[in-house]
Amino acid sequence: MSPGDLPDWAAWLVSALALAGAGISLVGAVGLIRLKTFYERVHAPTLGATLGMAMILAASIVYFSAADGRPVLRDLLIGLFLTVTTPITLILLGRAAAYRDRSDGNANAPPDP
Amino acid sequence: MRRILPHPLLSLGLAVTWLLLNAPVTPATALSAVLVGLVVPSVMRTLEPEAVHVRAPGTILKLAVLVLYDVLRSNRDVAKVILGLRRGDRRAGFVSIPLDLRSRYGLAVLSIIVTATPGTLWIQYDSHTGHLLLHVLDLVDGDEWVRRIKDRYERPLMEVFS
Repeated sequence: MSPGDLPDWAAWLVSALALAGAGISLVGAVGLIRLKTFYERVHAPTLGATLGMAMILAASIVYFSAADGRPVLRDLLIGLFLTVTTPITLILLGRAAAYRDRSDGNANAPPDP
Repeated sequence: MRRILPHPLLSLGLAVTWLLLNAPVTPATALSAVLVGLVVPSVMRTLEPEAVHVRAPGTILKLAVLVLYDVLRSNRDVAKVILGLRRGDRRAGFVSIPLDLRSRYGLAVLSIIVTATPGTLWIQYDSHTGHLLLHVLDLVDGDEWVRRIKDRYERPLMEVFS
């Protein structure tokens, strides 16, 4: 089945989900510019890593399921592995920033836990 | 049972992953999924991880629904902050949360929950004192965050990984 043979309802649903997911990720990217401190900025991209990612994956699942005529759920694995590995990057970034701020003696360095 | 399947959850996870990657399910993929589930976990023997004991499936389900709801809500809240739609003063800051949860797996799941909800960031966990330092984007009341993390997430996790 080629993309052109996708039923109308599926094409609309896939477009809506993909655009909504991309829009949410864009808001996260805008946050990288708009928020002021490092710790604030780290929050922004998590929009794209959670809801944005989920909607784009949902679009992909609907597309391939409609095109193949059977449920194609392998994209769920992308969501699972992204969710499980994101904390590693973010905790590493947070710890590195905290270490630098404390050793520099910054006034807004994080307190001890 | 222990000898054949030393890590039953890992075996199940690997088999399901295998089936998802090789869908649609045929006798051949089903057989290879069983083989992967049986053989691959043996590499864990050299790592000697702590055994995972998961209980209270009802609590897991309730926690999953709660986390899903919180992820959606905090996505909306952080989007509002970024787009300047949030009224009033916003103050970002650090909160120190005394945790009673000691299970390594429980803490790992808590870190995933905290990271997956935009607006909270896991900065540091001190395993000696059990204190967790979070950065919160919209910090109205520090004590409320302590209660929120402890009541909503920590208590169910302690039940699951007790």
